[in-house]
This record gives sequence, structure tokens and C-alpha cells, in this order.
Amino acid sequence: MKMIERFSGIFLFAGLLLFSFAVLSLGIIPALMVDRLHPRQGLPTVVPHEMKEWYSTVDVYQKALLRGRDLYVREACWHCHSQYVRPVSNESAYYGPVATPGEYQTVLHLPQLLGTRRAGPDLSREAGRHSNDWHLAHLYQPTWVVPESIMPTYTWYFERDASGVIQPKDDAKALVAYLQSLGKDFEDAQYVVEPEDIMLPPGE
Amino acid sequence: MSAEENTQSKDIDYELIKWHFYAFCFYLIVVLLAGLSYSLQFLQRYPFPGIEILSPGRVRMVHTQAVAYGMLANGLIGITYYIVQKLTNFNVWSQKLARGLFWAYNFLVVTAVAMILAGFAQGLEWAETPKILDPIIAVAAVVMFLNIGHPIWKARDKDFYVSLWYILATLIWFPLTYVFGNFLPEYVFAGTSGAAISSMYIHDLVGLFVTPLGIASVYYLLPVVMRVPLYSHALSIIGFWGLAFFYPLNSAHHYLWSPIPMWAQYASVVTSIGVHVVVYTVIVNIIATIASDWKQLITNFPVRWIFFGTLAYLITCVQCAVQVTMAAQEIIHFTDWVVGHAHFVLFGTFTFWVTGWVYWLLPRIWKTPIYSMSLARWHFWLSLIGIAIMQIDLLAAGVVQGLMWRSMAPFIDTVNASIPFWWVRTLSGIVILCGEVCFLVNLYLTWQDSRGFKPELQIDSSTQVGAV
Repeated sequence: MKMIERFSGIFLFAGLLLFSFAVLSLGIIPALMVDRLHPRQGLPTVVPHEMKEWYSTVDVYQKALLRGRDLYVREACWHCHSQYVRPVSNESAYYGPVATPGEYQTVLHLPQLLGTRRAGPDLSREAGRHSNDWHLAHLYQPTWVVPESIMPTYTWYFERDASGVIQPKDDAKALVAYLQSLGKDFEDAQYVVEPEDIMLPPGE
Repeated sequence: MSAEENTQSKDIDYELIKWHFYAFCFYLIVVLLAGLSYSLQFLQRYPFPGIEILSPGRVRMVHTQAVAYGMLANGLIGITYYIVQKLTNFNVWSQKLARGLFWAYNFLVVTAVAMILAGFAQGLEWAETPKILDPIIAVAAVVMFLNIGHPIWKARDKDFYVSLWYILATLIWFPLTYVFGNFLPEYVFAGTSGAAISSMYIHDLVGLFVTPLGIASVYYLLPVVMRVPLYSHALSIIGFWGLAFFYPLNSAHHYLWSPIPMWAQYASVVTSIGVHVVVYTVIVNIIATIASDWKQLITNFPVRWIFFGTLAYLITCVQCAVQVTMAAQEIIHFTDWVVGHAHFVLFGTFTFWVTGWVYWLLPRIWKTPIYSMSLARWHFWLSLIGIAIMQIDLLAAGVVQGLMWRSMAPFIDTVNASIPFWWVRTLSGIVILCGEVCFLVNLYLTWQDSRGFKPELQIDSSTQVGAV
């Protein structure tokens, strides 16, 4: 017992051994398991219909998605908007299908953006819920489209053109392209947005 | 038992410890102003709307970065230098290096803050430090390990006091945690896999850096400042091994009901409940030590900070075991409950403990009694009342938000329902800010006093931080 009360014991057992055990068992192994079961996917290979106005080729569209993701990170969008739908708390009825490990296996989720807080709604099923114009207006001044919104404004991604009309810069479009790509595969799934659409779960 | 307390020992670089404490005070103000500004965004009253570099999201990251790397890290590292050199009777490997590290480290923190504001944040929670700074910080952490580990290594044949155990283990844990948490999820593992790894960083930064150094600091300060022995050495050892075993395994509880494999989530729930072993041994030990002379709770100012910090630790940890269950997570995950929890543990516990140290050590280094005990008491009570209100308020807000979400109310309705809670949160933050202003004014006046004092005017250490 004396050994573990000494420098070497604390250094080797507490410092290295127990820490490595934890990193392996609850970090690396689950991570490798997910990676093995769900191979990494590439970026979308077609430009979606609603993005054709801005992006003519897949190349430009893919670059815009990555740029949009970077803006999502730098503005800390992910600190207030989560990106996973849980199988509890009626979330699948409110937001759409429950999150699966496979859908996060793209370079857009490197680093991961699952999030731990919802000061605003979850965004993992955001694709197709609002028009591009709605998103642009919402980014410029959220209260124009959601009067009680507490979201900050992102006016620096816009500029006025010669006639004084507010126009989105490329960055604003990239951010919208990214938002419209979130949960693209689940676009047609059922979800609730408007109060009159609320479906109570069975038994309530 | 803990070390001979002779603060006049010329071997220890008190100048450096002073700098670390000054940095603690500096970042304290940064933290409070950033937090206050950000909280105003929730009331649609953000003071700097439309300014890119002061965007609320970026300011939020500055707030948490300044808490962990600026404020608490500086306070705890300063304390660590003191404890290690006192307990081992050896100096750090190089005092010049230690001073160099202070400047290098704080330069990095300030650079990180500036870069986050300029839009170079990394997308990992608690690890928003820009990517290009990560390798430099990892190297700095290893150098600090060698510098502070050196005297511990030289003293390896002696019996270690438990504070040294915690410090030695932290010196190893921190560089490892930092490397795993910043590089793997950034470059190797995406999405769900990345979340499994980066949740380790979210947890271990607090669990394996702030917590062990915090516990080490109270285990040292309490017997010294109260002049009584620690209640039980055996208990503190059980607590240490409990922490070393359970804390690193808690990670996935930050992403419960996520797509991370369920067995990993269940395991993290079980080990999170196991953390109680750690918590109760520490708390019983500290409270029992204070109980050997309850009067000092009133007459001895630093003891008061330790005691209420410990109570806050008890409350957060009991709360932890409840909130970490899968059932509770259904409601409180993603809500302000978690925000309340984080504030209570990082301010209510660790900032309180470091503050106790500052009140004890700075006047001794300055050889000057605290300028005004009245201001100090204001500081204490405003901090205590502020954080208590904030905690209760945010927990309640979390339950309201969670239940409303489950009822599938439109999201904006849940925002509206939270506004009153967010008002109380901001006001309680202002109460805390007022308390800390008392603290800084008091320290400034004490420092001014100290410049008029001659070194030969020795202060009687037992009475210099006076009665209520």
C-alpha cells in the first residue's frame, strides 16, 4: 500500500492509468465503434433546387457549406442552438425524426456541433422549414420575422447596394446554405411548427 | 500535517504569486462584464448591438474562456506554486521559467480572447481557444508540469500531504486532457464520435483541473488558517482515489439521450453517481475540521469563504447526482438548469475558495492588514446572496423551459416564459458584480496602504484578517 502513496503510485496509477482507462473506455472505444458502424460520408453531390439561384456548380456549393459551417462556429450559433433531436420529451413530434449516429458522419460535423444548450430551437431538422429570404431577414434583424426573438443581429454579413437596398454578402448566403442543409434527408418528415398544428401524443 | 507557515521564506517567489492573484482579479472583472453583457441579450437589451467584434455569441465564449483559463487558472496556479514549495521545501525547477510561463500563459489567454472576438474561435465547448494556439498551450502545460513537478520529484521520499497528491495528478491530467480534448474532436473524430471525446474535455477541464487544484488548496489553507489539524488524512485519501477513478469516466453525461452509444451514456450516469464518494469525503473532512472550532467561522474571515464554498460544493454535487439520471435529463437537458449548475460550482465553490486564499495570502505578502473589513464583509454577503439567487432562479427557469418544451409549446412561448427568470438572473449578476467591486476597491486600498508600510512592521498573522 505504501507504493501508491508515493510519487510513482500517484503518477502512474492516478495520473496515467485511470485517466487512460477512462479515455479509452468512454472516449476512444465508443468513437471507434460509431466510426466503424457508420463510415464517413462525403458532402452533397448535387446543388439542391432552392440553392441553384446562388450556386451554379457543386464545387461552389460545397465550399459555401464549409464556409457556412465555419461562420456557424465563429459566431457561436452552436452555443444556443443544439443539433440533435432526442427520443424523449416529445422532441420527435416537435422537431422531426430522432437523431441517428450516421447522419453526423460528415466533414461538416468536424468538429462536432451537437450543442448542449437550447436558448433557441434545435436546428438539426432546419432544412426547408423557412425560405432563404426568411433566413436572410432573420439573420439581419431577427425581430422582423419573429417579433419576440432574443437572437442577436448579424448585420455585418450584409451591405447596402447603390440604391440603398440591404443585400446579403457571400457569407450570409453561405450561412443560409449551411442552415438549409441541416437535416436535408428528413425534409419531408412530419413536425410541428405552428401552434394549430400541435399534435398531442397518445394519452394526453 | 501541513507545512510550517513562514510566509517570509525568501525561497518562494512571492512576486510571482502576487502576479497570479492580480491576474485573477483582472479576469474576474472581464468575466463579470462579459457575463453581464451577454445576459442582457436575453432581455433584448444588449449594450453593443450590431458591432461585429462584440457580438453576443463571441462575448459568451470570452466569458467562459476567461472563467476557466483566465480567472480560475491564474488563481489556482498561484496557489499551487505556494503549496508545492511550502510542502516540499524545494523550489520550482526554475523561478525565471515560472515567471516566463506567467507572461507567456497570460499572453496566450489575452490573445485567445482577442482572436475569439475577431472570429477565430474553435467549435468545441470550453475549448474555444483558437486552433493555432492549442499546440502552444499544450507545450506550456507540459513545461509547467516539469517546472512544478520538479520539487515534488525531489521530495518523493517524504510522506506527501494530500494537497500534493492532487497537484501532482493534476499536473499530469491537464496536458493529457488538453491534447485529447482539443485535437481528437477537431481533426479526427466527427459528429457523434467527436461528441464522445469532446464531452471528456468539457467534464475534465472542471473535474481534473479546477476541482483537484481547488480541493488541494482548501486542504492546505484550512488547517493553516484555523491552526487545527485536518480531521482525517485517511478520508482525504479515499476522496483522492475516488476522484481519480470516477471523474474521468463521467464524460458522456453531458450528451445524454444523444446518438452516442447508450452503454457509454449509462456508464457515465453510474460513475457520475459514484462521484458522491469523492464529494462526501471532501465535504465531511472540511466541515469536520471547521467543526473543531466553529467560532472561527465568524472570527476568521478566510474560513468563511471556505465553508460556504464547501456548502455550495455539497449542493452542486447532490444536484449532480439527481440531474444526471436519464429521467431528469428528459426535462432539464438543454435548459438554464445546467447554466445554473455551472455558475454555482465555478463561482459558488471554486471562486469562493480562491477568494479565501486571496484574503489570506495577499495581505501577508503585502505585510499589510486588509484595508476595510466592512468592505470585505459586503463582498462576502453580496457574493453569497447573488449566487444563491442566481442558482435558484436558473434552476426554476430550467424546469419551466423543460416542461414547456415537452408540452410542445411553440418555442417562442418558452422564450417569453423565461424572460422574468432572465431578469432575475441579470439582477443577481449585478449583485455579484457589486460585491466584486467592493473586493477590488478594498484590495486596491490595501495595496496603497502597503506602499506606506515598512517591512519591519510585522503583522500578527492570526488577527490580521479580523472579526466580523
